[in-house]
Amino acid sequence: MTAATALAAPESPSAEPAAAPAARKRRFPLLRSGKALTGMVVFGCFVLLAVIGPWIAPEDPSKTGGPVLQSPSAQHLLGTTQSGQDILSQILVGARTSMLVGLVAATFATALGVLIGVTAGYAGGWTDDILSMLTNIFLVIPALPLTIVLTGYLHGGGWFPIAVVISVTGWAFGARLLRAQTLSLRNRDYIKAARAIGERPWRIVTVELVPNLGAIIVSGFLFTFIFAILTEAGLSFLGLGSLSTWSWGVTLYWAQNSSAFTTGAWWWYVPPGLCIALVGASLSLINFGADELMNPRLASAEKKRRARRTSRKPSPTAPEASV
Amino acid sequence: MTAPATVPAPIPAPGREPLLEIRGLTVDYGEGPGAVHAVDTVDLTLHRSETLGLAGESGSGKSTLAHAVTRLLRPPGRIAAGQVLYHRKPSADGAASPPVDVMAMARNDLRAFRWEEIAIVFQSAMNALNPVHTVAVQIADTLRAHRPGISRAECRDRAAHLLTTVGVPSARLSAYPHELSGGMRQRIMIAMALALDPEILVLDEPTTALDVVVQRDVLAELVRLRQEFGFSVLFITHDLSLLLEVADRVAIMYAGRIVESAPAQDVYRTPTHPYTRGLVGSFPPLRGPRRDLAGIPGSPPDLRALPPGCAFNPRCPEAFGRCTRDIPLLRTPPASPDRLVACHLDDPKEGAGHDD
Amino acid sequence: MRFLIRRIAFYVVTAWAAITMNFLIPRLMPGSPENTMLSRFQGQISKEQIDAIKAQIGVSNASLLSQYGTYWKDLLHGDLGTSVAYFPGRVSEVIGQGLWWTVVLVGVATAIGFVLGTLLGVAAAWKRGSFLDHLLPVTTFFAAVPYFWIALVALSVFGAELGWFPLSGGYRPELEVGWSGEFIASAFSHSVLPAATIVVGSIAGWLLGMRNMMLTTLSEDYVLVAEAKGLRTRRVMLGYAARNALLPNISGFAMSLGFIVSGSIVTETVFSYPGIGFMLYNAVLNNDYPLMQGLFLIITLMVLLANFVVDLCYVLLDPRIRQEAR
Repeated sequence: MTAATALAAPESPSAEPAAAPAARKRRFPLLRSGKALTGMVVFGCFVLLAVIGPWIAPEDPSKTGGPVLQSPSAQHLLGTTQSGQDILSQILVGARTSMLVGLVAATFATALGVLIGVTAGYAGGWTDDILSMLTNIFLVIPALPLTIVLTGYLHGGGWFPIAVVISVTGWAFGARLLRAQTLSLRNRDYIKAARAIGERPWRIVTVELVPNLGAIIVSGFLFTFIFAILTEAGLSFLGLGSLSTWSWGVTLYWAQNSSAFTTGAWWWYVPPGLCIALVGASLSLINFGADELMNPRLASAEKKRRARRTSRKPSPTAPEASV
Repeated sequence: MTAPATVPAPIPAPGREPLLEIRGLTVDYGEGPGAVHAVDTVDLTLHRSETLGLAGESGSGKSTLAHAVTRLLRPPGRIAAGQVLYHRKPSADGAASPPVDVMAMARNDLRAFRWEEIAIVFQSAMNALNPVHTVAVQIADTLRAHRPGISRAECRDRAAHLLTTVGVPSARLSAYPHELSGGMRQRIMIAMALALDPEILVLDEPTTALDVVVQRDVLAELVRLRQEFGFSVLFITHDLSLLLEVADRVAIMYAGRIVESAPAQDVYRTPTHPYTRGLVGSFPPLRGPRRDLAGIPGSPPDLRALPPGCAFNPRCPEAFGRCTRDIPLLRTPPASPDRLVACHLDDPKEGAGHDD
Repeated sequence: MRFLIRRIAFYVVTAWAAITMNFLIPRLMPGSPENTMLSRFQGQISKEQIDAIKAQIGVSNASLLSQYGTYWKDLLHGDLGTSVAYFPGRVSEVIGQGLWWTVVLVGVATAIGFVLGTLLGVAAAWKRGSFLDHLLPVTTFFAAVPYFWIALVALSVFGAELGWFPLSGGYRPELEVGWSGEFIASAFSHSVLPAATIVVGSIAGWLLGMRNMMLTTLSEDYVLVAEAKGLRTRRVMLGYAARNALLPNISGFAMSLGFIVSGSIVTETVFSYPGIGFMLYNAVLNNDYPLMQGLFLIITLMVLLANFVVDLCYVLLDPRIRQEAR
C-alpha cells in the first residue's frame, strides 16, 4: 500500500466499515486515527527499506565509472552522481544507516530518559532535585553544538559512536515528560497500596509504574527517533559524521561538495532530503494521532465531519460538557 | 443581608407582557440521521420583570438552551430549527416595535444585541474571568464595545460604581482574577453583567461552584439587584428547591424537552408530571413537617438512544401503554389554566384510567 | 521575586555545568587530539605555543583540579586561549568577529518565525474546518525537513537558478565592513536566504504549538464570556484566546530555541555565512580544538541569556507569575 492510498482509505465515504476491520479498530484505537495510520504506513515502508535496502540496491553505491551526472533514466532510476555512482543505490543502502542511527539513539536515549525520569519522579526529595536539575540543564544546552564538539573528538568509528553521542544529548526531553507523569502516578491509590504492603521499590517501578508510562515512553521514543535522524543527517552533511558508511546525510554531503545545488542536479539532493523529511513527518503523524486520541479537542474538523458521517454520535454527556 | 427564605415578593410584580419568546427551538449535536437533539422543539416565554426558573438534570439540555438563546453554541452544536423572538421596549411615544428574531440576526446586530439586552452569568466564576487582564480592563472592554467613544474616566467611574453596587470595594478594580475569592469573582461577573443595564439576565448555575455560605450571599445579592434594576431573569439550575424560592415561574426540562411549567408555588404544591413529582419528592420540605424523601429510580436518559414515546417512560412509576408509543405534547390541563404539562396521564382523552 | 530568583539560580548552575563540561570534554574523550593537531601544524608554531595549546585541551602534567583552577582563572579574564586555525589570533577575538553576524541573523529570523508561526497558529485554530486545516499536513512535513535541506533548496532555486540572491558569504568581499549604506544593503541581501531558511524551518513548530494551545484555550469559559459580551471578533481572538494560549507556548521556548540554534549552525554553513555557526564547522574541520571549545561555551551562554530574556517576557505577560515575582 502506498502512502497515497493510505491517506485516501479513511476518507472514503463508505458509511460503515466492514465488520472485521471495525473489530480490529476497537482493539487498536490508534488505527482509527487517519493521521496515525498514514504515519505508520509510511514509517513501515521505510523500516522495510532499511531491512531489505542493501540487498535490493542495483549497484554498489560507491562504485564509480558509470555515466556522470545523469538525470533519472531507466538505467539509473534516480540518476547518477558526478563520479557516476548510482543514487538509488545510495538511498537504499543509506536507509539502513540512517534508520539504525535513529533506532539505536532513540533506544539509548529512551532508556536513559526512563531511568532518570522515573527515578527522579519516584524517589522524590534531593534525588529528584538533582536529577531534575540535570534534565533541565541538558534541555537548555543546545544539542547540536554539543554533539559537534563531542564528535569532533571522535575520529572515525562509523555510525555507532555517533548514535551514542546523539542519545547523550537527546534524552532530556523524554526524561522530563516521564518525571512529570511518574509524579502523578506515584500518588495514585494502587501505587500507594503497593507501597503500604511493603512491595520492593524496583518491583513497584517495573510492574506497576513503567507499564502505565507506556504511551509517554513510546511518544518520547518517536520524538528522539526524529531528533536522531535529523542530527545524524546534519552531522554527516557537515562532513562531521562517518563518511565511510553511506547514509542520506552522506549523500547530501557529496551533493553539496560537488555543487549539485548550483548546477541543477536536483535528482541528487532531492531524494535523500525527501526521505529524511518523510520519516520525520510520519513519526510526527503517529505522535499527533496519539495526542488527538488522548485529547480529542485537538482533532481537525475534517475528522469530526467524518465521524459524523459514520454516525458516531457524541456521548450523552457531550452536549452539556461542551457548552 | 436578608436570608433568601424570607425574601419578599419581587417588585415590580411579574407582568404578562412577553419579553423573550422561544418558539420550537431545536439544538442538534451533529448532523443528519445521527444527530442528537440536545434541545427538542422547546417553547418557553420569559415575561417582562419575571424570574423564570429552568430546572433539570445535567444533560437535560438546560445549559444548551441558555447558550442557544444568544447563539453561543460551539460546533458540533447548532440550531436546527426555531425562533427566539425578542420584544424591544416600546419607544417613548408608546409605539411598540415588532419583535426581532435573534436566530436570524446579522452578525453585527447580534454583537450589539449581546450583553446590551441579554447578559449571562456562567457557572464557573473560576474560569469566566480572563486570567491575564484586570477586572477594570474586562469591564471596560465591554463598555467600549457597546459605547464607542466612551472616555477612559467614564469607563473607570462606571466600573467602580458597578463594583460597589454588588458589594465589592472599588479598589479591587485593579485586581487580577487569581487575587479574588470565588464569591468575589462571581459578584464581579454579576457586576459585569449589569454593565450595560440589560433587559434580561441569564443565570446559568450561578452559585453551583461556590461554597454554601457564599452561595446564600450571592443569591441574596441577586434578588436585591433585581429589585433595584428591574431586569428579567432566566435562572438555570439543577437545584429545584432553590428555584422554588427565587423564581416566579418554573419550567422543568427532561431529555431536551420541557415537561412541565407552572408558577413556582403550583410546582411545589401540586407537581403534575411524574418527573416533577419525583424532583419535588427528592428534597426536604421548605417548611412544615418532615416527609419521606424519595429519589427517582433509574438513570438519566441517553440522548443518543431515547426510548420511543415519552422519554421518561422507563423511569416513570405510572407509565402505561401509550407512553411508549406517542411523545406527549405540552398542553394546559383543564384543572389549572396557569400550567403546561406534557404527560399522557392528564390527557382528557385518556382520562385517569389506564388502558392497560 | 521568587520566580526570577529561582530562574537566575538555575541559569547560574546551568552556566557552571556548561563551563565545567567544556573543561571536561577534551580531558575525558578518548583519543589524542594533540597528535592530530601537532601533525597538522608541524613546524608552523613554536614549542611554547604547542605547550600552551596542549595545556588548554588537557594534555598537562598538572592535577585535574589545578587545571580546573587555571581554566576558571583564564575564563574570568576573558581568555579562551589561542586559535590554531587563525593563529596567532585569540579565540575571544575570533569569536567576537562572528558573534554579531549570528546574533542579528538568528535573533531577527527567530523573532519573525515566532510571530508569523504564532499568528498562523491562531488563525488555524480560529478558522478550524476552513482551508487552513489543509495547512497542517504541510506544516508537519516542514517541521521534519532538516534546515540544511531547506537552505540547499533555497540556495539552488533563488540563488543559482533565479540569481535573486548571492550564493554565499555575509557581504560583498570588496566592501569595507562598516555603517555605509552600500555595506548594509549588501549584508541585507546576503542574509535574506539564511534568514528565510531559519524562518521556514522554525515556523512549523510555533504554528502547531500555538494551534493546539488555542484549541484548548478556545473552550475556556472566559472566551465564551468574551463572545457573550458582544466584543469584536478580533478582540475575542487576540485579547482573550491568543493572549492566554501564548503563555505555555512561551514557556516551551527553551527547547525550541535549542533546535533553532542547531538549525542555524548548519544553515550558516550552507551559506558560508560569517557567523559563529560556520566558524564552529571550520573549527572542527581544522581540528582547532581551542576555538571549538570557546564557540561551544559562547553559544551555550548566548542561549542561556536568550532563555532568561524569554523568562522576563513571561513575567511581564502572566500576572500570576508577576505577583510571585514582585
